[in-house]
Amino acid sequence: MSLYYVQKFLYELNRDETVQTAYRSDRHAPLEPYDLTDEEIRALTEPDIGLLFHLGVNGQILMHFAAFHQIEWQDYLQRMRDGIETHGPVREGVYAMTGYEGTDAHAERLGQKGS
Amino acid sequence: MALVYAGVCSHAPGITGRADQADPEVRDAFYAAFHQMRDDIAASGAEAIVVIAAEHFANFFMNNMPSFAIGMADFYDGPIEDPGWLKIDKFRAPGNKDLSQRLITEVMQTVDVSYAEEWRFDHGIAVPLHFLTPTFELPVIPVNINCQGPPLTPLHRAWAFGEALRRAADAVPEKIAIVGTGGISHWPATPDSGKINEAWDLDFLDRWCRNDKDALLDYDDLTVYADAGQGGFEIRTFITVSAAAGGATGTVHFTAPIPIFAVSCTIASYELLD
Repeated sequence: MSLYYVQKFLYELNRDETVQTAYRSDRHAPLEPYDLTDEEIRALTEPDIGLLFHLGVNGQILMHFAAFHQIEWQDYLQRMRDGIETHGPVREGVYAMTGYEGTDAHAERLGQKGS
Repeated sequence: MALVYAGVCSHAPGITGRADQADPEVRDAFYAAFHQMRDDIAASGAEAIVVIAAEHFANFFMNNMPSFAIGMADFYDGPIEDPGWLKIDKFRAPGNKDLSQRLITEVMQTVDVSYAEEWRFDHGIAVPLHFLTPTFELPVIPVNINCQGPPLTPLHRAWAFGEALRRAADAVPEKIAIVGTGGISHWPATPDSGKINEAWDLDFLDRWCRNDKDALLDYDDLTVYADAGQGGFEIRTFITVSAAAGGATGTVHFTAPIPIFAVSCTIASYELLD
């Protein structure tokens, strides 16, 4: 897996309209320069927001990708929750590094109702 | 001249992008505090606004991530986000390359800082400017602290950076306003978005108002993450303003959790010493 390159592609897509145009016409071609696994390519081309979150993409990068695909905010949050439910805890990245516990654990810690 | 204003504010994209989903009473009170901050900055006579942000991979990425960066251009475009999503139209904000260069040169005497002649604003700067300089009447000097991609800028270096910014601001003839923008507790853009640790926020703001250096630096990233989410890493921007305020104490003008904005929306400032 190559979380760095998944995020690097999304970083370029989020800020560069020429990459956005290329992605709109062919979702695979702009990915070719990046060293990605088949799973990562699938997540980026479907797109599968939940899988991308599970793979470890930072939400500050992922939310722009979701907005680019016209995914409404609450739907975006739910897709990430579903991704954790389906695929398991975040594998890598800032959330895994710092001990991602999931929504229920956070809710309990903060004395709030679960999502 | 001198530093004439030092304050902090929130910058979450929901503040503009999801405004219609918030409790109108709380939202409007927050907006009013933001507008008062605008008036206070104008009353200070500030001739430039230094915005200390925690940008979110709009310009800086893990291929070359600076601990500190300062913009050095005569204009900056934004927002990188879709205007329909952020509900802020595309804009070109004025900079001041010459002033930036003088500030950077002085900051560099004690803190290694990157400079950037290109900088595209994301919501981290675009949202504060939307309220504070709606007609772009002040040149903007963007500043970034790495609060996103670990290893993060150490807190004590954020403090040293604030001291350097203060020295630099006091060394130029222009009147300078400094505005830090970030957290406090939040889990932005994750499944936990909307969770807010209000008690943690109030404790942090108490330390911030007292400008208690030891208390402000008495955090580590693991416990911040556990108690305040990855958005809590953005306390670095607040801490830099504390150091820049040079021992002044502060006032929280507004703070209230607004879950659809994903953060305790906060406006605060220091009463700068003569």
